[in-house]
Amino acid sequence: MTPLAGGIADWVGLAIALPFAGFLVNGLLAFVAPRRRALVGAVGVGSVVAAFLVGVAVFLALLAAHPAEPYVVTLWSWIPAGRLQVDAALQVDQLSVVMLLAVTGVSSLIHVFSLGYMGDDPGYARYFAYLNLFVAFMLVLVLGASFPVLFIGWEGVGLCSYLLIGFWFEEREKADAGLKAFLVNRIGDAGFLIAMFLIFKHLGSLDFQAVFAGAPTALAPGGATVTAIALFLFMGCVGKSAQIPLYVWLPDAMAGPTPVSALIHAATMVTAGVYLVARANVLFAMAPVASAVVAGVGALTALFAATIGLKQWDIKKVLAYSTVSQLGYMFVGVGVGAYAAGIFHLVTHAFFKALLFLGAGSVIHMMHRAYHHTGRHADAQDMRNMGGLAAYMPWTARAMWVATLAIAGIPPLSGFFSKDEILGAAFARGAAQPFYYVVWAFGLAAAFLTAIYMTRLMLYTFHGPNRTGEAERAHLGEAPGVMTWPVVTLAALALVGGALNLPHVGTLEHWLDPVTEASAAFLPALAPAPGVEIALMAAAALIGIGGIWLAFRALHPETLLPPERAPRETGFARLLLEKYRVDEAYRAVIVRPLVWVARNLLWRGLDAGVIDTAGVNGSAAVARGLGWLGSRLQSGQVTSYLVIFVLGAIAVLAALLHPSLSAVYHLWAR
Amino acid sequence: MLLGPSLAVSAILFTLGVVGVLLRRNAIVIFMCIELMLNAVNLTFIALSQQLGLDGQVFVFFVMTVAAAEAAVGLAIVIAVYRHKDTVNLQRINLLRG
Repeated sequence: MTPLAGGIADWVGLAIALPFAGFLVNGLLAFVAPRRRALVGAVGVGSVVAAFLVGVAVFLALLAAHPAEPYVVTLWSWIPAGRLQVDAALQVDQLSVVMLLAVTGVSSLIHVFSLGYMGDDPGYARYFAYLNLFVAFMLVLVLGASFPVLFIGWEGVGLCSYLLIGFWFEEREKADAGLKAFLVNRIGDAGFLIAMFLIFKHLGSLDFQAVFAGAPTALAPGGATVTAIALFLFMGCVGKSAQIPLYVWLPDAMAGPTPVSALIHAATMVTAGVYLVARANVLFAMAPVASAVVAGVGALTALFAATIGLKQWDIKKVLAYSTVSQLGYMFVGVGVGAYAAGIFHLVTHAFFKALLFLGAGSVIHMMHRAYHHTGRHADAQDMRNMGGLAAYMPWTARAMWVATLAIAGIPPLSGFFSKDEILGAAFARGAAQPFYYVVWAFGLAAAFLTAIYMTRLMLYTFHGPNRTGEAERAHLGEAPGVMTWPVVTLAALALVGGALNLPHVGTLEHWLDPVTEASAAFLPALAPAPGVEIALMAAAALIGIGGIWLAFRALHPETLLPPERAPRETGFARLLLEKYRVDEAYRAVIVRPLVWVARNLLWRGLDAGVIDTAGVNGSAAVARGLGWLGSRLQSGQVTSYLVIFVLGAIAVLAALLHPSLSAVYHLWAR
Repeated sequence: MLLGPSLAVSAILFTLGVVGVLLRRNAIVIFMCIELMLNAVNLTFIALSQQLGLDGQVFVFFVMTVAAAEAAVGLAIVIAVYRHKDTVNLQRINLLRG
């Protein structure tokens, strides 16, 4: 009997049920009363805030009990099938509660922001219905007590992501972006499924507790089985968390409304992969090769995406590549065994990246409004059309500077501590395996680039001369309070979030100890020696400051030209602007051959050729031929019928009279 | 008494009936051939009843009754067909051709 039984923890399912009820109500309202905006907003925001309050209550209960074992709430038996027994069960432990708070907390703020951002949209009720559904599924993902339950949430958030990317589905490009996200994620999900099959085959269960308790004895550490399981799980993470080579969907996902980009494609859903690795930390720790792959892919993605972020002009694209890059950091963290550090960066990143996206959303909202007033058609997301906005939107600008300094790793903001901890853990592991020095160097280089591209974004958007145009300038102004308040709240969190896990205090780290202790036997989180640690911290801080300084020196917002008059980029800059042409390469190498095979072999060849022609039409032709033969017998000539009749009668008589057949007749007649 | 010749005559009559049904085209003639076959069978019954008891003779009455009924219905059909198609040639009555 754990101290949690009988308390609020038994009701943790409410955190899922409330947003789901919000989805049902808003989904209904979208059909019957789409104009009742006040009601829709109250249901949409209220259900998520209520879920947040449930989360806080569960957190307080867990804080008081602090059990060593996860507390599992079994709702009902879901798949009772012989050896496979899966319950619809939720798990309350230190890790899931951290995620519960982060998801519902950030979601609440973003829902409030959406009240303003989506205020004029005709799909208001549909938007809030999808957003509530997303929160419900995300909570299923983080609270699920077994792989299948987690997978339901995993697929559910993928569905919501698809629905919300293609929210303005009237535009072909946006509908296509949703489809791309969905299809790319399928590749990763196939890996996740294979991993689940392997786990069930070798461990006979899919419940987290049974799997993680059984794995160290049932599987050989470093063996092929556990490595395969971990790598296939990571394949799912690569898709969901947009790592190389499956990151291509995330930048396109910016086609959705900006609060969606903030919530789903920055703060919560895309971090699910990091959560999964941290959740399955035993499996990854037992497979050093898989962990090295996780860290390697993370480091490569962090650097790669950061370089692309350097040359993007679309404000949301910069943030999208920044998200990919920061997700890479988190994977470095969980790849080097610093699971708490990975989760810590996940939480701080949720604060400052949600803030950056919401700030960008305010800017875009305001640019749209200005263009709408003057009737001009220009790209409201292109930074070359902005400039000097700090004078018009001071609060947004200030809040975004906080987030920029946080993400650039300037002490004492939250990003500094979380990023530094990951880099420190990678560096410490390098002493045993030099490969991790490379990981660390990549991370450091990415941190430098992060500082540069974020400063570039801020300089071009908020400083220098204003490039929106004379007529539009009169319509610029701060976003409404319902939009600025969430931004400012997040700024406060980004400012002090580092306190969650200060070095040598390590609140979050100790808090997560019960979750990660099983893996510590195989892959302990290392920390550098104290002297080295100070040096690393100083280096990280200097790198961040250096990046900002370099950006200030090298970039001149005064000389920036609007997109239509801007000179063409050349050389490497152009390659960066075109995102290394990875999309084009995928199209040529994968999409085109696949479409060719699908169209010519599978559709025209197999479906139209074999199945339709031989199968469907072929059997019809055989039936028609037999029918034609039968119809020839129907001559309509009574005489010919009579001939057949007489011949038949003779045959029967012959059979009866024939000695050899009469025996048969006697037998039959008995 | 005269069993063999009686059965021989019966067989000849029956065969004539069958051949007539198969080869003639006029519905009335075919009809008559059918009657011929029935009566050939009747003759067989009578001939055999001499040795096997009266059952065969009783059966002949049934056959005659049914034949009378059949004649009434069959002739009525033939007349109806003639009124409709102006012919009783069976080769020209082939509406049920497939």
